[in-house]
Amino acid sequence: MAQGLVDERTEEDRSRLISDPSSIKTVGGDPHDLQCAATRHQQIRSKAMVPLILNRYTLVSALGKGLDETYRALRNRRSGLRPCDFEDVGIATCIGRVDDVEDMLVGNGSTSAGLGRFDCRNNRLALLGLQQDGFIQAATEARERYGAHRVAVILGSSTSGIQETEHAYGHRDPTTGALPSSYLTSQRYTHNMFSSAHFVRTYLGLRGPAMVISTACSSSAKAFATAARFIEAGFCDAAVVGGVDSLCLTILYGFASLQLMSSGLCRPFDGDRDGLTLGESAGFALLEKSEHAHQPGAVALLGYGESCDGFHMSHPHPEGTGAIKAMQAALMRSGMTATDIDYIHLHGTATKANDSIEDTAIHSVFGPLTPCSSTKGWTGHTLGAAGITGAVIAAICLTRSMVPGTLNTTRLDPGLSSHVLLEHRDQPVRRVLSNSFGFGGNNCSLVFGTV
Amino acid sequence: MTLYVNGIGMLGPGLAGWAESRPVLAGESPLREAATPEPSASLLPPNERRRSSDSVRWAVHVAQEALQQAEADAREVASVFASSDGETVVLDRLCTALAMTQRTISPTLFHHSVHNAASGYWGIATGSQQSSTVLACYDSSFCAALLEAAAYALIEERPVLLVAYDLPSPPPLHAARPLQGGFAAALLLTRTPAPRNLAQLDLALSNDLSEETTSMDDEWLEALRHGNHAARSLPLLAAIARPRGTVVRLGYLEDQQLMIRVMPC
Repeated sequence: MAQGLVDERTEEDRSRLISDPSSIKTVGGDPHDLQCAATRHQQIRSKAMVPLILNRYTLVSALGKGLDETYRALRNRRSGLRPCDFEDVGIATCIGRVDDVEDMLVGNGSTSAGLGRFDCRNNRLALLGLQQDGFIQAATEARERYGAHRVAVILGSSTSGIQETEHAYGHRDPTTGALPSSYLTSQRYTHNMFSSAHFVRTYLGLRGPAMVISTACSSSAKAFATAARFIEAGFCDAAVVGGVDSLCLTILYGFASLQLMSSGLCRPFDGDRDGLTLGESAGFALLEKSEHAHQPGAVALLGYGESCDGFHMSHPHPEGTGAIKAMQAALMRSGMTATDIDYIHLHGTATKANDSIEDTAIHSVFGPLTPCSSTKGWTGHTLGAAGITGAVIAAICLTRSMVPGTLNTTRLDPGLSSHVLLEHRDQPVRRVLSNSFGFGGNNCSLVFGTV
Repeated sequence: MTLYVNGIGMLGPGLAGWAESRPVLAGESPLREAATPEPSASLLPPNERRRSSDSVRWAVHVAQEALQQAEADAREVASVFASSDGETVVLDRLCTALAMTQRTISPTLFHHSVHNAASGYWGIATGSQQSSTVLACYDSSFCAALLEAAAYALIEERPVLLVAYDLPSPPPLHAARPLQGGFAAALLLTRTPAPRNLAQLDLALSNDLSEETTSMDDEWLEALRHGNHAARSLPLLAAIARPRGTVVRLGYLEDQQLMIRVMPC
């Protein structure tokens, strides 16, 4: 614990948490218990998935472009958040805006044909993502290795290129109310929910299965689960997975209307947290079976777990039962138990309810000892791209032997019991679980590790 | 890859439910009138039914029909929802409000705008905590959802409810994507035979495009298939409606076809 940062929980508190029977799994001396435990373990193993290698991965967010800039910003505790300067938005808040998106173009400037049809903020951000860390080269090699039909594109997004529609509604014909004709012809390539996968698939020359998953903030985490199933089912040999979500009026005014937005920088798990900070990001990973990617120490998807709350459209289940189910399913798929996880990358949006309920869920599955943190203080909450953002940060933890702390948080909420880190830790990291929970009560947890 | 269809729900112009539509799709009785039926979606609690959009009610209505037919427990069933265009009525209201000087939007409007609104309401109505995936793939959304549902049922070993739905957008959005009539279909799919099955499906994805994708014999149903992506499910539904086995080819984007051998059970 760094000087000046106060963890109000006492040693007695921790002892109490540790001695709480509900937080610790014990196997009694009864041979029957042991046998049950062994059977359970066998069942878990039998459901374990074959690890899938992240042959290449990258991220563009407010932290910067690519893995090195992302790592340096994390390491140096440099937040990407700034006072809101998006369009003419007059909300007192901060945002995680990516630089230069306004100044680039998708395609050659022609919006009538070719790649130019896809030009919009969301696809510009996607293109910036593709251009980092040799991702285009890796995808091209995969296309040559497997054939264009055998490489899928499974992305997540929550609002796609909705900014185009927002702008079009500001330019309706004063007499007829019609939207501008240029918008009408490009809508399929910009705002339609399939747009980002359509663009990435076209750009990379891929011809395999494709889709955009849109389950709000769990979207791009669930893209990993679907891609893993498609590879296992034989629908493809490899998949470009990831997600992209960009800032727009809809989310800024929408979250403001829900009174879930911080007036400044988000402070995950802080006792005085006052809401989330919105951001934008694009990230991609090339997912392949391990026998096709011989890289010692490579990062792999080891497990995934998906669930729903079945409770409310915008408020998580008060007991966190959906989140618990997602984490347990991810552990089962990875053939692991809670003690195998070295670090949990929290969804950690910094709203009162989300953090408190995630804490309850974490405590229920992992107890009070597993280190966890939220990186939303660096990137902001990037909604449909939060899953891939968490996945790439998990990969950075695994390859750089670092566990990030939590930015902007100064006083951990004394009512929460998970082991939330405020400061970085340098330590070997072998297994990371990353959480993504979304509107509609849609949850996804992923387990990553090195193989 | 083999799947079993345990239940079907459907709603479209002149196609009110599976029991009524099956003889029409099998060519045994003519399509009578093309009135658009109102979804009851009685599973939704009254408050939710009042707040929800038409597309949510269409989706929940067919999901409910398929589930009841299969006598399945919603809490044991995962779901895959497919919509190309999502909550267009809500998006129209949102973007209209955002184009005003005040930009005042209601919190309810905002959380109803997500593409997974129907999936969320399904969860609230049933209390199901099983996985729900919501996807979009433009005109191939049904086909993409069938692949996802098949992979899920096979690998996760759990029944899957596939729900495809889209309604025409309100003006002025309608001009960007002029869907012709609303359509929704739901199929409850399992990897092993249930006590009662409507059909057995063998699926294979192929990049051999030498054969045409399957169209509808009836001119009016063919127009419906063309006019709404969710109605791209019609050739499969018609094949299940007939008493003999057949092969259906669904186009997947411009590059692949999903070949489905349909066998009556």
